[in-house]
Amino acid sequence: MVLKKYKNQIKVLLNKSYTYYIMYNFIVMDLRILFIVFFVVVSCKQESKVQEVSSNLVHENALKEKPNVDVYNFDAFEKFLNSTDDKVYVINFWATWCAPCIKELPHFEEINKTYKDKNVEVLLVSLDFPKQYEKKLIPFIEKHQLQSKVVALNDPDSNTWIPKVSEAWSGALPATIIYNKDKREFYEKSFSYEELKMEVNKFIK
Amino acid sequence: MKKSIKIVSALAIVLLVSAFTLNKKNVNSGYQVGDIATDFSLKNIDGKMVSLADFKEAKGFIVVFTCNTCPYAVAYEDRVEALNKKYAGKGYPVIAIMPNNTDVKPGDNLEAMQARAKAKGFTFPYLKDEGQKIYPEYGATKTPHVYLLQKTKKGNQVKYIGAIDDNYQDEAAVTKKYVENAVDALLAGKEIQEKETRAIGCSIKV
Repeated sequence: MVLKKYKNQIKVLLNKSYTYYIMYNFIVMDLRILFIVFFVVVSCKQESKVQEVSSNLVHENALKEKPNVDVYNFDAFEKFLNSTDDKVYVINFWATWCAPCIKELPHFEEINKTYKDKNVEVLLVSLDFPKQYEKKLIPFIEKHQLQSKVVALNDPDSNTWIPKVSEAWSGALPATIIYNKDKREFYEKSFSYEELKMEVNKFIK
Repeated sequence: MKKSIKIVSALAIVLLVSAFTLNKKNVNSGYQVGDIATDFSLKNIDGKMVSLADFKEAKGFIVVFTCNTCPYAVAYEDRVEALNKKYAGKGYPVIAIMPNNTDVKPGDNLEAMQARAKAKGFTFPYLKDEGQKIYPEYGATKTPHVYLLQKTKKGNQVKYIGAIDDNYQDEAAVTKKYVENAVDALLAGKEIQEKETRAIGCSIKV
């Protein structure tokens, strides 16, 4: 029993470790930039303070723009499917290699933007392979400037967790769940913006 | 008394599930385990037409809906080939069917299929579901998607539907070889333990 508990914790930790690895990279980058800033400041002491401040600003912006993607196994991810607050959650399962997913992604972005003040939150759950996170997923998020929250779900034993997402899901991508604390709908299909809007509206009082 | 409660609750669950699935554009349409699967005549990568009826000696078939362009299907290519090597001689050959619309996915057209089969040294038929008539009958929704069939007097009966194993990422980390376990059970005349499994896959392109 105890062993099993630890095993789960290790699993979560392992998943988290990837996030830490990315954070570590940021920190290393951070240090490098700081070093450069320091070097510039030391070598040209006469430079005005304004410039120093502006370089710090650039540095902060650079940090903000680099997207961070948290990686979850299903146990850790499941909380996103069961929020009990007053929001409407639109959860889209996708991957960068999935052409119909990419096609419908702007619709989810649009919902995220236009329905924000109606208490709707979009979550994009990437099922990209872990080795593609750095190569494909993060560059994709950067390139398309995705505004919705993106997380990665990495749990190879899909036979165990797919039915927990929905009994109706065969496992094909894309797939979407819309829910609030009162009801939930599952869709194994691609959406046009009109269709998606219609479905989301059903959840808005 | 206890039994009737069980039956009633089982019925309730079935009703509940069907209520949820019926309006889902028939996601679960197609074959269930126990159904008799249709035969077909589809073009192989060598240009010849292939039907299940051609395999007089076979005891059944490992029908795999798969393609070139889906990363999950690609991840399983070697394992599908290994299945054929292991079970064709025992009476359960692999029959691979490429179900995608090749106008949408040109990377899955017949030439691309030929090239892929040659590069990977496929020893099984790799058929194209021209006109996309067969995969909806089976109810395949994604690649890869396996239907294990057993020859019976009534026809080719579906014995297992689902995934190849429980880890698409890492073959070495697989703990359950669903298809192998199912074929082994059929060969041993035993009941298949897991008759249906699910896995992430690429939706079939229409």
